[in-house]
Amino acid sequence: MLKQILNLTLIQHTIRTATPLILAALGGLLTEHAGMLNIGMEGIILLGSFFGVLGSYFFGSSLAGVLLAGLVGLIVGLIFAIFVIDLKSDEFIVGIAINIFAGGLTVFLLRSIFGVKGAFSSPNIIPLPRLNLPGISSIPFLDIIFNNHTVFIYISWIFVIMTYIYLYKTPYGIWLRAAGEYPEALETAGVSFRRMKYIASIACGILCGFAGSHLSLGYLTLFTENMSANRGFIALAAIIFGRANPIKTFGAALMFGFFDALGIRLQVVGVPSQFTQMIPYVATIVALFILTRRQLTKRKRDSEKQFK
Amino acid sequence: MGDKLIQVRNVSKRFPGVLANDRVNLDIERGEIHAIIGENGAGKSTLMNIIYGLYEPTEGEILFEGKPIEIKSPLDAINLGIGMVHQHFMLLPSFTVAENIVLGTEPRRNRIFMDFKEAVLETQQLSETYGLRVDPYRKVGSLSVGIQQRIEILKVLYKGADILILDEPTAVLTPQETEDLFGVIRNLVEDLGKTVIIITHKLQEVLAISHRVSVMRQGKMVGTLNTKDADERVLAEMMVGREVLFEELHKVELPKEEVLSVDGIRARDNRHLMALDGVSFNLRAGEILGIAGVEGNGQTELVEVLTGLRKMEEGTLTIKGVDAFNRTPREIRKLGIAHIPEDRLATGLSREATIWENLLMGVQHMEPYAIWGIHMNKGKIRERTARLIEEFDIRTPTGDILAGSLSGGNMQKMIIAREFSFNTPILIVAQPTRGIDVGAIEFVHKQIVEKRNAGTAILLVSADLDEIFRLSDRILTLYEGRITGEFLSGEISKREIGLYMTGKHMDSIERGGAYEQ
Repeated sequence: MLKQILNLTLIQHTIRTATPLILAALGGLLTEHAGMLNIGMEGIILLGSFFGVLGSYFFGSSLAGVLLAGLVGLIVGLIFAIFVIDLKSDEFIVGIAINIFAGGLTVFLLRSIFGVKGAFSSPNIIPLPRLNLPGISSIPFLDIIFNNHTVFIYISWIFVIMTYIYLYKTPYGIWLRAAGEYPEALETAGVSFRRMKYIASIACGILCGFAGSHLSLGYLTLFTENMSANRGFIALAAIIFGRANPIKTFGAALMFGFFDALGIRLQVVGVPSQFTQMIPYVATIVALFILTRRQLTKRKRDSEKQFK
Repeated sequence: MGDKLIQVRNVSKRFPGVLANDRVNLDIERGEIHAIIGENGAGKSTLMNIIYGLYEPTEGEILFEGKPIEIKSPLDAINLGIGMVHQHFMLLPSFTVAENIVLGTEPRRNRIFMDFKEAVLETQQLSETYGLRVDPYRKVGSLSVGIQQRIEILKVLYKGADILILDEPTAVLTPQETEDLFGVIRNLVEDLGKTVIIITHKLQEVLAISHRVSVMRQGKMVGTLNTKDADERVLAEMMVGREVLFEELHKVELPKEEVLSVDGIRARDNRHLMALDGVSFNLRAGEILGIAGVEGNGQTELVEVLTGLRKMEEGTLTIKGVDAFNRTPREIRKLGIAHIPEDRLATGLSREATIWENLLMGVQHMEPYAIWGIHMNKGKIRERTARLIEEFDIRTPTGDILAGSLSGGNMQKMIIAREFSFNTPILIVAQPTRGIDVGAIEFVHKQIVEKRNAGTAILLVSADLDEIFRLSDRILTLYEGRITGEFLSGEISKREIGLYMTGKHMDSIERGGAYEQ
């Protein structure tokens, strides 16, 4: 039985399920660095899933779906920025509002546009293309792990590296981080912190929109109500676990993706789905608990070192 | 010195409800050190922020080298060669020294990548050119305020500033650091042809460093004079608009009975680091015991432990013979301690409550202000409010307005009125005159000494050495959570005490020009 659970498909599933988390977490960590964490990520992912399906269905192209999802994300990110940066609203309240709004809007549009309740699926929804790398298709091990994925998976890995370079190797990344740490310091150095925060919020919106479209166009081609299933919050946990460092956050997202995939595998061998569906959430709580414990002991050790 | 570099012409700045600058005129000449003094709220910082492009003036104009210009953002100011070192440092604690210095105009590779090596190199070069030693690789958050200020100055110089505006640069420095800073300023002006505008409210510093001095009061420019024609009395008078007498405070000798003693107190700060590491002293009736130290060396935590706001891990606290180990603030107040907290806005008062409510806190449940402990006796309360407002000269039309609408000085007077009215045998007074004007300082000092003369034991914690020296009978120095010295008033000079405040008394007294970083 163990062999049935722990096989190469598990790794393949991990990579698949982690991708929306990776995309959303990358967006979220940009806002985290800019000092205004957006908990509305959950809602933007949901909107992205819906509009991904909508775009793909009406324009007959998965690219159109992805772009529409990104555009909706951009708009929500912009709205978030206007409220938080210029109108100085509380970021949590705006985030919660986005989540509630997204839940309601998708249900409403699902009925009024597609005339269905609960879920919408159609052969006219074009899925994201799958990529087969010819070089490794002959190697059985790598073939299962790395092939037959959507383009987005590879793009998300490139995004991780690009985000890392942006944040730590370019002046713009320094400005973004400075805008979060001490906006006045950036302003007096002649750079507008408002602009950096807007950039972060909009990029976060676009990436969450992409994450959503991958959810509804990646392997399944359908939209169901509340499809995001708290992935926005798990992405948030990945950011905290990875301390907003793109590489570490990527690792954390993979880990959460692994537990998600493990749940699916366990279901295959007959474990009741009520338990398997709990796994990613329980894993999140346990992971955050371990992290906090570790930080506390480290702080204690540091302070003792200092005075001995 | 000579030609006029910056001319401010009839500049006004209006904020909602306040005229912060009222038709201000000011000339800055090339190559001078120009001091701008005034009480808090006189409009000095507003004026400088206008010159630096952070505020736009409501009316009036600014001439640069004789030509009218508009400075709309700090970037415009930087391009004109104007740089500003703000009172609160504009540094990113988690970034390195080099990254902070080049922030906003980073050297680049291939146009989009930050060139860290070049940033370090340029930092080292600057540091050598101006004789301001810094380690480019260190994180700013781990450095002392003195060093942080150097970084601020280097940052401004890196941007190519010829005119440096320094906003209250000495407020956070020890006497040694201040002397060093003045050395740097003189070097910049005399050898390198820079122009420096320095904002301060310390009169001795103005006389020591500046060529000319401009005085502001209530948003208006009172006048500019050559420093060599000025003295402290004249400047103080211009600042407050009336004669200020720094009279000798009269102290009487009293029998000194010990009322409070602490032994071996250890306590941690909010970051869980050891902030007090074995502090012991005693406090006697009729004396003022001053705690001198650079901020962040345990003063805050010491006051909090003594008032029950923070738990100690070890040690004893005895108040009038009673063991008060880790008692609650209320129990400690009952044992006879009143407390004027260092941060009046955070812990001293409630801005959203009226003056009478603020004055009542602490006795609100007691006769005669509360009947049977619950029903408020408005008549008695009003009487008390009126009496305290009168006695402590709180400038307000009525006791019914919100405490938040008072000026800093009047807020402080209100807190002092409340705490002094409890007539406790022990008073713990932290930063009593921070950020308040000369007139109010004089008043507060007199009140404190009167209390002392009436036999109250007073523990005074202050970052202002002048205050410590003026008021204290006995002085303790606190450095990194330990008492490093104890002196009687008049036994030690400010310069010497600075060495104890920075732990340098343990090294040789001779200094090699730079501190450890």
